[in-house]
Amino acid sequence: MLLKVALASLLNRRLIVALTVLLIAISTLVLLGVEHLRQEARNSFNKTVSGTDLIVGARTGQINLLLYSVFHIGNASNNISWQSYEQISARPGIAWTVPISLGDSHRGYRVVGTSEAFFTRFLYGNQQALSFEQGQAFSTLHEAVVGAELASALGYTEGQQIILSHGLGNVSFSNHEDQPFTIVGVLAPTGTPVDRSVLVSLESLEAIHANWPGSGALGASAPQPAPALTPQSITAFLVGLESRLATFAVQRQINEYRQEPLLAILPGVALSELWTMTGALEQVLTLIALMVLLSSLLGMSIMLLSTLAQRQREIAVMRAMGAHASFVFLLVEIEALLIAAVGTVLGVASLFLALNVGADWLSARYGLFLELNVFNGATLRYAGLIVGCAVLLAMLPAIAAYRRSLAGALAGR
Amino acid sequence: MHDAILIHDLEFRWPGAARPTLSIPSWRVRQGERVFLYGPSGSGKTTLLNVLAGIQTPDKGVVQVLGSALGSMSARARDRFRGRYIGYIFQQFNLVPYLTVAENIALARHFGAPDPSVWRPSAEQFQKETRALLARLGLSEELLSRQAMRLSVGQQQRVAVARALINRPRLIIADEPSSALDSDARDDFLALLLECAAVHDSAVVFVSHDRGMARHFETQVALASVNGAAGGP
Repeated sequence: MLLKVALASLLNRRLIVALTVLLIAISTLVLLGVEHLRQEARNSFNKTVSGTDLIVGARTGQINLLLYSVFHIGNASNNISWQSYEQISARPGIAWTVPISLGDSHRGYRVVGTSEAFFTRFLYGNQQALSFEQGQAFSTLHEAVVGAELASALGYTEGQQIILSHGLGNVSFSNHEDQPFTIVGVLAPTGTPVDRSVLVSLESLEAIHANWPGSGALGASAPQPAPALTPQSITAFLVGLESRLATFAVQRQINEYRQEPLLAILPGVALSELWTMTGALEQVLTLIALMVLLSSLLGMSIMLLSTLAQRQREIAVMRAMGAHASFVFLLVEIEALLIAAVGTVLGVASLFLALNVGADWLSARYGLFLELNVFNGATLRYAGLIVGCAVLLAMLPAIAAYRRSLAGALAGR
Repeated sequence: MHDAILIHDLEFRWPGAARPTLSIPSWRVRQGERVFLYGPSGSGKTTLLNVLAGIQTPDKGVVQVLGSALGSMSARARDRFRGRYIGYIFQQFNLVPYLTVAENIALARHFGAPDPSVWRPSAEQFQKETRALLARLGLSEELLSRQAMRLSVGQQQRVAVARALINRPRLIIADEPSSALDSDARDDFLALLLECAAVHDSAVVFVSHDRGMARHFETQVALASVNGAAGGP
């Protein structure tokens, strides 16, 4: 009966109730959105590199190296020489290395020059290796493997030919048109930047740049007819160690490498440094979101309180019928509960919708691969928090209604 | 048999008031008696009704309604008692505006569920009772599903009678229930109210400042004659 009366009462004031529900829905969206993005940004980054013990690049900040080498965010300031790479790879204790060479693009997607070892050594998520949806790894020149997202976005399948462009950016005027690549493999989705990459061999990259006017014409007087396709330099390389215990020793050795200033980083350590940097900002965002929530719940309380004056008569009628003042208290509380619950559900639903609509943009723009399912334990906890706070804040109008109905005389005027 | 109302040495003072609003040495209403209580505005009529309904508790004295001393009950017990045994009708706005007629009557039933040792009606019996009441009050059954605020004032007051009588109260308290109606409708309304009250031999305390209605009642009482405090501010 209580629920029925509360529902009818809310329906009767549907405009102001709808606005209040909207208020709560928006603040739920903000709070859960901030929390979800925060969590997912970390997950997305954390799952991108696993199984790699060290990342080595030119000397720069460790976060910078991590971001440009693996996440394709920003650009390398310097390359490292092939010689250094070979020397370090040959050192004892190092199990494997995978070179990475960046700088070219295909229709806005990054081209990654690497070795075949990439397909076996690059692990993501929970130590998963890359797998092929179609075809296999490149084996000779002018063969390319494309990531899942790129393939579906551009409609690429095995056997198609693509043209790489010099430099980054969507529209490049310097295309390597004379040397098209054939897609020999399409990778299965990983939720990492690999999904948005074109993978080719270092030798292929060397081949297309050997005839390149920008580099070739200046270096030699004429394009070399059959250039040795060994690269001069690479952007960075991933290192796997024979024993993880040696990680810090090897890191120190590389950092003290005489021939060239190098930097070796532990991906996990660099990530946690990144999170420390962003932590303060995240806390501010969460705080703002909580404030938005609090003010929306206060708005609801104000709404309930301000309508009490108009409800004086109906309260008198209920009292005349034999209702105890606690019925009036519960009525206000249940109304608050319904408003908050509907608002929260609406907020979660719109977050779900927004994520599904915005996911492509986020992954394209920021390399964030979000979990689209927002219905998890954390969401449930937050929903509980919102509804709980609503019930708590609704005590104000509920107690006011209780006291008024106890003290108020039955004067039906 | 108990008296419907028995008051002894009652004194009631609003908080902060210098003088009591009510000071009634003795007053009684018999079972089934119909009392017309009149007095000017501000003479404490509504206050007296609130005390009788157990909404306000007197500072002094004994108020017995249907043999039960209201002062000895808890606030919750008084509320239940009111819902069960007293039908209360206001001057106007007797219904929860956003509920339908049927829901209003059901709500009264919910709060004033009859004493199971006296009467244990089923849901069907209640339905029947509701329909019978509406028919007696000249209201069509179509009104049952209409929101109270969509009724005319006259219809609202008649539904109020149904709402007040659904639990077969033994005391009906009416606080100028006809003053919102025009004079023709007023007599009809009063006749209906008294007719309905007679079905279960309920006592009626009808309060008004309009003495023109007094002729319908067997007992006419000026509040000033029972209330020693009347005439004060």
